[in-house]
Amino acid sequence: MRQMSWFNVTSLTLGFAFLYLPMLILMIFSFNESKLVTVWAGFSTKWYVELINNRAFLDAAWVTLKVAFISSTLATVLGTMAAIVMVRAGRFRGRTLFSGMIYAPMVMPEVITGLSLLLLFISLGMDRGVFTIVLAHTTFSMCYVSVVVSSRLVSFDQSLEEAALDLGSTPFEAFRLVTLPIIAPSVVSGWLLAFTLSLDDLVIASFTSGPSATTLPMKIWSSVRLGVSPEINALSTIMILVVAVGVVTASLINKRNVLRQRREEAAAAKLA
Amino acid sequence: MALDAFAPWEDPTAKPLIQFQNVTKRFGDFTAIDTLNIDIFEREFFALLGPSGCGKTTMMRMLAGFETPTEGSILLAGQDIAPVPPNKRAVNMMFQSYALFPHLSIWENIAFGLRRDRLPKDQIAARVEEMLRLTRLEKFASRKPHQISGGQRQRVALARSLAKAPKLLLLDEPLGALDKKLRQETQFELMDIQEKTGTTFVIVTHDQEEAMTVASRVAVMDHGQIIQVATPDVIYEAPNSTYVADFIGEVNLITGKADPKGDALHMHWAEAQPAIVGAPLEGAQAGQELHYAIRPEKVSISAEKPTDAANAVQGKVLDIAYLGNISTYHVELAGGQIIKAQAANSRRISRRAFTWEDDVWLSWTATAGVFLER
Ligand SMILES: Nc1ncnc2c1ncn2[C@@H]1O[C@H](COP(=O)(O)OP(=O)(O)OP(=O)(O)O)[C@@H](O)[C@H]1O
Ligand SMILES: [Mg+2]
Repeated sequence: MRQMSWFNVTSLTLGFAFLYLPMLILMIFSFNESKLVTVWAGFSTKWYVELINNRAFLDAAWVTLKVAFISSTLATVLGTMAAIVMVRAGRFRGRTLFSGMIYAPMVMPEVITGLSLLLLFISLGMDRGVFTIVLAHTTFSMCYVSVVVSSRLVSFDQSLEEAALDLGSTPFEAFRLVTLPIIAPSVVSGWLLAFTLSLDDLVIASFTSGPSATTLPMKIWSSVRLGVSPEINALSTIMILVVAVGVVTASLINKRNVLRQRREEAAAAKLA
Repeated sequence: MALDAFAPWEDPTAKPLIQFQNVTKRFGDFTAIDTLNIDIFEREFFALLGPSGCGKTTMMRMLAGFETPTEGSILLAGQDIAPVPPNKRAVNMMFQSYALFPHLSIWENIAFGLRRDRLPKDQIAARVEEMLRLTRLEKFASRKPHQISGGQRQRVALARSLAKAPKLLLLDEPLGALDKKLRQETQFELMDIQEKTGTTFVIVTHDQEEAMTVASRVAVMDHGQIIQVATPDVIYEAPNSTYVADFIGEVNLITGKADPKGDALHMHWAEAQPAIVGAPLEGAQAGQELHYAIRPEKVSISAEKPTDAANAVQGKVLDIAYLGNISTYHVELAGGQIIKAQAANSRRISRRAFTWEDDVWLSWTATAGVFLER
């Protein structure tokens, strides 16, 4: 590789510092002995211990996991279905409008998404709680799943499904036995993405939750308003790790798949 | 062929297995199949021949149920098959692109269709083994499609479509990637399967020799239309147009003016050359423009003018193509017309009778070629 110029090195350092320094500081201070967030008083894991004994945080964590798991699963099913329809439907009038409408929630300000969902739930007379957060998260993360899955479906050879039909499988069997196993990696990475998005979300959850359900980001947000405690730092550190693992796994799955596809194509080209 | 009495298309009472009735297929405003009519009978080995893009695959896809005709109908055993979905048709297709399932092993690929029929396990295993043996893939049973060669993949696709022993089998260029020896063996296997099971085959091929070897009838297509349907020998010996003559094998084509003379037809085609004499063509008027088609192997080449030939012309050897068992001589006549003549290489190449620039005589009998109107 070419030697990097001092300018490149500096911009890289500054860029990464800008992105990760705050998190790094937070993670370091989560191991701080002192109760004062800004003064280092030696290494300790006592805030993690305290965290485990904090009932309110544990409840919030449980709600968050539940919401993330259910909503990402629903979003994966719906997003995959949407992707299939968009990729398979071919050209029809208003196709661009339709696909635009699927992807619009990605760029919609969260406040608006949250507010509109809140109004919807109120007008339907629904009690707000875990269920409504799940619905809201499913709505906005499903378009991310749909983007990930449709990028894989575009290169999926339609004749494979036709071959399955030809050999006597029903359309559903053809999907389950042929299409799904082949696109599975992208479905899994879509699920992981939806899971992390739901885990992260504060704004939409705040709008759509009720008194009975508080997610972890909401809990953190409300406690921070009373002052940052090292306990929050510890909690945030754990969340950062969980999200990082999710995102890295998703991208690794994707990458491994791309590599394998390339390798198989190369092998095929060599043999053919 | 003469021994084989199998010719249901000549029997007016025979019921065709497949009937295309005025079938038209359009993609947007492009017409891929143009008012096609054709009958295919049970136990036939029906070959589709035609240039790339003429609609062969489209015809097969309509039979398999992946495309619906824009107009007209397709009948299978007298029933319109339009409402029958692909998975309910007793038809299996071998895809031109093979369409092997990449996540399944060769064994599982072949077993896929049998499993859909909920056959007992041991029966499936026996059938898969049989198919593997037939296509010589036993060694590769546990590999994935990307771990085998192109020709092997083609055999897997063939085995997978044969496994269910369907009533109608559609093979889209089934043997193109095989070497000549394996291809011939597989051709005989296919014919053997057909004898044993009575399956009807519709096969697309670009290899006219293959069509000649295996087919009961050949359909030559162009631009979504069928130009001629006939037995291989008729297609070869009596094409109905210069298009068919030119598409199948090598041919010399000469254009001239008709001159009917009694029970023979003469054709004047060049000032300095004698008229070509051949069997009459029904409806040919004096002065009408005609084409004469003659195969190179029916033209004899000699140093002296033959005394008894109906047609004899003189020319100069322009080029010689050595093909091992035969040589093709390109002979230029006085008017500039080039005629190809084939001769068997019964002697070693160093001792052949003619070489470049030699003056030679070409001759053929009155029945060797055919006159064509178009
Ligand atoms: N889905 C489609 N949409 C538009 N045009 C199509 C479609 N499928 C086929 N065609 C066109 O129809 C024509 C016939 O295609 P087809 O695949 O039947 O050709 P073919 O005879 O099988 O050719 P080859 O020998 O190259 O396989 C082609 O010109 C092709 O471009
Ligand atoms: Mg084709």
